Amino acid sequence: MTHHQPDLDTSPKVSDEVRKTTCYMCACRCGINVHMKDGKVAYIEGNKDHPVNKGVLCAKGSAGIMQHNAPSRLRAPLKRVGERGSGEFEEISWEEALTLATDWLAPIREKHPEKLAFFTGRDQSQSFTSFWAQGFGTPNYAAHGGFCSVNMAAAGIYTMGGAFWEFGQPDWDHTKLFMLFGVAEDHDSNPIKMGIGKLKERGARMIGVNPIRTGYNAVADDWIGITPGTDGLFILALVHCLMKAGRVDLDYLARFTNASVLVNEDPKSEQFGLFLRDSDGEPQVIDRRTGQLAPWNGQGVEPDLAATYRAKGISHRPVFHLMADRYLSDDYAPEAVADRCGIPAQRIRAIAADLARVAFDEAIELDREWTDFRGIKHDKMVGRPVSFHAMRGISAHSNGFQTCRALHTLQIILGSVETPGGMRFKPPYPKPATAHPKPHCKVTPGQALDGPHLGYVQGPEDLCLNDEGDPIRIDKAYSWENPMSAHGLMHMVISNAHAGDPYKIDTLFMYMANMSWNSSMNVGGVHNMLTDKDENGDYVIPRIIYSDAYSSEMVAYADLILPDTTYLERHDCISILDRPICEADGIADAIRWPVVEPDRDVRGFQSVLCDLGARLGLPGFVTDDGSQKYEDYADYITNHIRRPGIGPLAGWRLGENATLQGGRGDANGGQLESYIKNGGFWLAHVPENAAYYKPFSMDYQNWAVEMGCYDVPQPYIFQLYVEPLRKFQAAAEGIGTRQPPERLRGQIKATMDPLPIWYAPFEDGHVDPVEYPIHALTQRPMAMYHSWGTQNAWLRQIHGHNPLYVPTKIWETNNFQEGDWACVTSTHGSITVPVAHQASLNENTIWTWNAIGKRKGAWALDKDAPEATKGFLLNHLIHELLPPKGDGLRWANSDPITGQAAWFDLRVKIEKAAAPEESQPVSPPIKSPVGQGPDELDWKVGE
Amino acid sequence: MTQLPPPSAKKLGLVIDLDTCVGCHACVISCKGWNTENYGAPLSDQDPYGAAPSGTFLNRVHSYEVQPDQGAAQLIHFPKSCLHCEDAPCVTVCPTGASYKRAEDGIVLVNESDCIGCGLCAWACPYGAREMDAKEGVMKKCTLCVDRIYNENLPEEDREPACVRTCPSGARHFGDLGDPDSDVSQLVAERGGFDLMPEQGTKPVNKYLPPRPKDQEPEIDILAPYLEPVAEDGKGFAHWLDKALSSLPGGAQ
Repeated sequence: MTHHQPDLDTSPKVSDEVRKTTCYMCACRCGINVHMKDGKVAYIEGNKDHPVNKGVLCAKGSAGIMQHNAPSRLRAPLKRVGERGSGEFEEISWEEALTLATDWLAPIREKHPEKLAFFTGRDQSQSFTSFWAQGFGTPNYAAHGGFCSVNMAAAGIYTMGGAFWEFGQPDWDHTKLFMLFGVAEDHDSNPIKMGIGKLKERGARMIGVNPIRTGYNAVADDWIGITPGTDGLFILALVHCLMKAGRVDLDYLARFTNASVLVNEDPKSEQFGLFLRDSDGEPQVIDRRTGQLAPWNGQGVEPDLAATYRAKGISHRPVFHLMADRYLSDDYAPEAVADRCGIPAQRIRAIAADLARVAFDEAIELDREWTDFRGIKHDKMVGRPVSFHAMRGISAHSNGFQTCRALHTLQIILGSVETPGGMRFKPPYPKPATAHPKPHCKVTPGQALDGPHLGYVQGPEDLCLNDEGDPIRIDKAYSWENPMSAHGLMHMVISNAHAGDPYKIDTLFMYMANMSWNSSMNVGGVHNMLTDKDENGDYVIPRIIYSDAYSSEMVAYADLILPDTTYLERHDCISILDRPICEADGIADAIRWPVVEPDRDVRGFQSVLCDLGARLGLPGFVTDDGSQKYEDYADYITNHIRRPGIGPLAGWRLGENATLQGGRGDANGGQLESYIKNGGFWLAHVPENAAYYKPFSMDYQNWAVEMGCYDVPQPYIFQLYVEPLRKFQAAAEGIGTRQPPERLRGQIKATMDPLPIWYAPFEDGHVDPVEYPIHALTQRPMAMYHSWGTQNAWLRQIHGHNPLYVPTKIWETNNFQEGDWACVTSTHGSITVPVAHQASLNENTIWTWNAIGKRKGAWALDKDAPEATKGFLLNHLIHELLPPKGDGLRWANSDPITGQAAWFDLRVKIEKAAAPEESQPVSPPIKSPVGQGPDELDWKVGE
Repeated sequence: MTQLPPPSAKKLGLVIDLDTCVGCHACVISCKGWNTENYGAPLSDQDPYGAAPSGTFLNRVHSYEVQPDQGAAQLIHFPKSCLHCEDAPCVTVCPTGASYKRAEDGIVLVNESDCIGCGLCAWACPYGAREMDAKEGVMKKCTLCVDRIYNENLPEEDREPACVRTCPSGARHFGDLGDPDSDVSQLVAERGGFDLMPEQGTKPVNKYLPPRPKDQEPEIDILAPYLEPVAEDGKGFAHWLDKALSSLPGGAQ
């Protein structure tokens, strides 16, 4: 047949209209163009103007159309009619649902507001939901940070006034050497991929530190397959090498960190280990110009890193001396840590040397003038082009807080935070711990709480304890067990509520967190707690209200379901008051808006809270005459005023003479329209001379005040030595009136060290490492976002089940063959699951993808879906408490400083098992409230 | 059997950087979305919520482990779609003329109205780059987004394949590989781009850029001076510190 070309229209119509909103297929918050045909969603792509993703979009984002149309979407409010956990519901009207919720909640608020526990999972409207909870008056509010990455957030904020992801990012355009520690492949999803692409284009070097070589680590130039839980030790060995060789940025340390601040060195003094302060309470340094004491922030002061000070018989030494004492010790020599870290000493030295070489020999200078907070003018910006990034990998260990602190210390001694080529903060960060609220917990029946729930404690006086010294919060946040639990402990709520420890609650109200499945440790135990009844036949946790858009595993355990919309059907604000989308060079926020209206009887959860808040008469949700203040969430977003001139959105606010302006201003009724016209976001650029040195730069500080990040300039220096940690340690040594219980003194003394330390993960001390020699981890795939996405018709064809990946040594020792199954046992439980071989792994580590395993009956999947038959959760092997070690106590499986769930401390053993019919354990099927998805899809909405 | 046109001067294709691809599948799903809604029949999915979900994809990412002689095992992500071969065996094998190679730019397409779903082309393709759509019974393949790259209804900057537009790490490049001066040809020249399975004689237009060498730690001997201890003279770290500080600006005592 001869060549024949048909006529082809190469310019077909693409869509009727493009509506620009914000993705919610994970927590990355990219801008998306939603192409509409005939009023329906036809195609989703990235928005090229958007500051987060600049047009690109990941697999999850492009699969949003399948999420929006998923058969698992809930359709109407549901009231439980069968036993809890059965999935037996009846559909009810919104009026009935909201009346029921009001009837349950109003009496609680009247008498015992603390008997409502309101936890909101992975939502990104926390400045709104916390405002609601504050109005209700319960101290029991938090989101999911306690089981996610609070170690990273808290360590970052206490140390340097910001952490990674929403807070800061590598200077992708200038960095020459990039080290990545254990980052979930879907966190800050597109920006990290874009950044790696930039490094690759320039030929910059990337080092991946992760027991598992997949994803980002697969493209890293060098892979360090570290032993889980030893990152802190490795990092401190790098610190040792650099300090020993004097390869540290002394000028930066002296000026911009508390390395120069004087510390009381007298063990007999009540002030031992605390800063020398002047009568205004300002920490003191020695001014090199005079050799005399001066406040750290005095005009023109040149802090000395070396000089000591003695007065009234008490010696004071600068923090840098204490650092030298500790980190020059051979305890941190590469040879001393190599075996534990699983990294040859020579490789540690080579990395330290290369960090030194790039930071100092390849320093970069930008010709930009700036002025620091001491009034000293600088005519250029000097950069140390090494940068780092980390997330849950180093965070989800019982030593995670100190490990994150160690990493920040490494960054800071190299002078690579907020300098060109290093790490850069994103507005409204940097913001030091002292500029955040402290936690509030004063309960008054019928009244609002006395302030925001979550914050940053500065010492024992800020803990949330009653007069008896017992925790006030149901999750025991801000108690001696975990004093700096800045995000609360959502993972402890169900077990504490079930145990009535510290007290019983009445209603558990949750949003968007799959706490009966992949978001809880000890899944089977949690099922029992949620369904357990007391001697009267009543549920031990009397009432559970849950809001979700989809038929997740948690739905079956609630008494009342408030069905949420999909992300394309709702209003949202990605607010600077919350978890903003800013970039290092710009301040930005964004919205979601209903690009389509729901075709079901569902409502956006935040709009429901506006209604429920009014029914309950919560302050802030009713007008003076008692009527509903905000008709819906869009009304709140537009009209709520948090502080004078500051609302949920910073763009297009009303200035004088009715001009529109960014940052501060009055509410503007047309604000959402302006956002929609601009593609769903607002962005203002950081001025060039304010782009670096943000914590210390008056150019930045003044601009940040103008933008409304805060109300007065608040420059600060990095806290290598975190004094609040020392205050807790001192309390444990018997100093002060607020004292920890005896059983916790040792733990607090050992772990709350004001300079970063490393200690072995707690599980190592509770579990026999010989019997359980293997580390077990999970990772998130890039193409799936735990409970949001697993039922997605397109994505589940990529990740439909999750084998347990086993390294060569363990594979061969057990004589595993392709298609085999294995029994994996921890001290808490065992699972039997399919195995697969992976050579590119730490030799003592096994792992699997997180949250691919699903329960039968959930997510509108067939009962034989591979997610339920071959998929599995590692959660069954992990308990919220560590196993008993014979001291009569049960210790929490979490970081003792922040309470972060220590998922990654897990130790197991493995043996070959006969293939069962399906992965073990099997949870009984739950009845689907939405039926099952269709047998075939050919999704084309246009002609 | 179907004839190929004379080789075109313009050879549109993809250059895929295996050093940069992180295996995120963004290209896979973006392709699925665009081509479900656009060119020809939608890409259908069978049993999408069931035990054995199976759908049509024009682009898939495979991952392979490589064990070098020295050092740790490596993982390579390998996206694969039609390579728009110059000597395309899928075209010459087609009994109806439905499969064809465009004379003007070399894109290989299937005219779905002439496709009888015999599947010969999929057998003939050594790369496994064609997939039969189970619902429609026609052969589906990468169109290089022929309905995007010339589409006057799209802004000029968007006239590139969906997979290239969406790739977060910038591992996918689109252009004219027939023009030695084009950006993609330059990239292939600089980075040693290669043909997939050249022994098949299909002359693929798409090229792959090889992963750079990995785990090449610099020799410690070269770097050793960077870690020379500063306090080996017996006077200690504090002495070094005093000396070092005095050499800083403002420290001239």
